[in-house]
Amino acid sequence: MNDMRMTERGVNTKDIKIEARKVQVFYGANHAIKDVDVDIEDKTVTAFIGPSGCGKSTFLRCLNRMNDTIDICRVEGDIILDGEDIYDKRVDPVQLRAKVGMVFQKPNPFPKSIYDNVAYGPKIHGLSRNKAELDEIVESSLRRAALWNEVKDRLDAPGTGLSGGQQQRLCIARAVATSPEVLLMDEPCSALDPIATAQVEELIDELRQSYSVVIVTHSMQQAARVSQKTAFFHLGNLVEFGETSKIFTNPEDPRTESYITGRIG
Amino acid sequence: MAHSEHIVSGFDRDLEGIQAQIMRMGGLVEEAIAKATEALETRDLELARAVRAGDKAIDALDESVNDEAARIIAQRQPIASDLRTVLTVFRVSTNLERIGDYAKNIAKRTETIIDQPPVNGTGASLRRMARQVELMLKDVLDAYIQRDAALAADVRARDIDVDQMYSALFREYLTFMMEDPRNITTCMHLHFMAKNIERMGDHVTSIAEQVIYLVTGDMPEDDRPKQDRTAHDAGNLT
Ligand SMILES: Nc1ncnc2c1ncn2[C@@H]1O[C@H](COP(=O)(O)OP(=O)(O)OP(=O)(O)O)[C@@H](O)[C@H]1O
Ligand SMILES: [Mg+2]
Repeated sequence: MNDMRMTERGVNTKDIKIEARKVQVFYGANHAIKDVDVDIEDKTVTAFIGPSGCGKSTFLRCLNRMNDTIDICRVEGDIILDGEDIYDKRVDPVQLRAKVGMVFQKPNPFPKSIYDNVAYGPKIHGLSRNKAELDEIVESSLRRAALWNEVKDRLDAPGTGLSGGQQQRLCIARAVATSPEVLLMDEPCSALDPIATAQVEELIDELRQSYSVVIVTHSMQQAARVSQKTAFFHLGNLVEFGETSKIFTNPEDPRTESYITGRIG
Repeated sequence: MAHSEHIVSGFDRDLEGIQAQIMRMGGLVEEAIAKATEALETRDLELARAVRAGDKAIDALDESVNDEAARIIAQRQPIASDLRTVLTVFRVSTNLERIGDYAKNIAKRTETIIDQPPVNGTGASLRRMARQVELMLKDVLDAYIQRDAALAADVRARDIDVDQMYSALFREYLTFMMEDPRNITTCMHLHFMAKNIERMGDHVTSIAEQVIYLVTGDMPEDDRPKQDRTAHDAGNLT
């Protein structure tokens, strides 16, 4: 009986997976993210929305230190994953990125076979003991990314030879192959047709059972469909963050309302 | 309207279009109430018939509003205040259509009792009650157009008066019927007309709640005190 009450309450008080505090990002003199505080919940899909150039991708990249690879980029503030500061010197960014996976705005398969694209992560992180296990991970990852049926007969063909939408699903398969705890997706469906989009959305919903997913999207309908929490960014500020159902029916901030309803701000 | 324009101007035209239809419906419904009560008072058969015939235009508008709102949902996928605008249009249209039906029913009953001798003293209170609902409807339509939640809340509060007038009328008719059984047919019809007007008040109240939802994003929470226990009391009498 007590347990039931706990789970009921659990709907509203999920564990916090990532805690961002006073995050600032600069590209040289350009102040791209301004003092952002946000809690990313576990087993939840969080959507980042906002006009082009408002800093969604920049902030997303902070969550797995992808900004480290950009020379002029400087990140300040704290990003705490499971109680640990990911910008701590002791954290290995490669290990971090296995735990916090990412699918980019533009599909970027390695110039290798379809099979190797997916097998690469599990291999370097030693997630399989033998070829059979690796085969299994590759198949299940491709299935989850809704690509298996299209590529199962040509796993040795180069990943770069796939169509744009197929390449994007290959990157999703590659990202889920290492079983990340957090999956960051930057406009994962922008090159996909409605069927593949629905399949990816179904995958996102499935991933949410075990992981935390953060998705950047320009489609308000997609944000409303897949996420439970929504963050609206505007000019580098986090303007509004809350329940998706609330943001899309009755947002607090007039800037959010103007943006999501397609009004001249 | 309170909001700035959509980037896609066709969306603004769509939303303005369905709201204009609602206002047109509102005007027709106000007129139907006024004419139905006038027909009853003046025993005007022609006018009563006109009210009945006029209901078709209200039904047609309701249908057109529903079709149009469904199209807007499919094509524009409205969210936030736009979604509330479209949802509200659906419900308000239904409420107005029902009020129209009640006016039509009053006209129909008027035709039935037109040859019966009038029961003394019954006209004025019924007219007062109808007038009250008509004013509430006018105010709630103003509140709708002006996005005025305070005015809508005021209309909602005024429905108690309508309920009280109905209870008083019910007792009045009961007295007349007990005094003289020849009054029974007419008083039964008059009673149903009073009940129709009371139900109109409920639909106006529901429109007021929609306006509050449209403006604030929340339905009013407190339950309106329900005054009408007449049916219970009547049940105990028999
Ligand atoms: N690699 C970079 N080097 C320099 N400036 C950058 C870099 N990436 C982003 N910026 C700048 O940071 C700001 C935020 O860009 P970001 O890519 O995060 O926006 P976004 O919200 O993802 O936009 P979009 O929706 O178009 O993808 C912009 O002013 C952009 O010019
Ligand atoms: Mg971006």
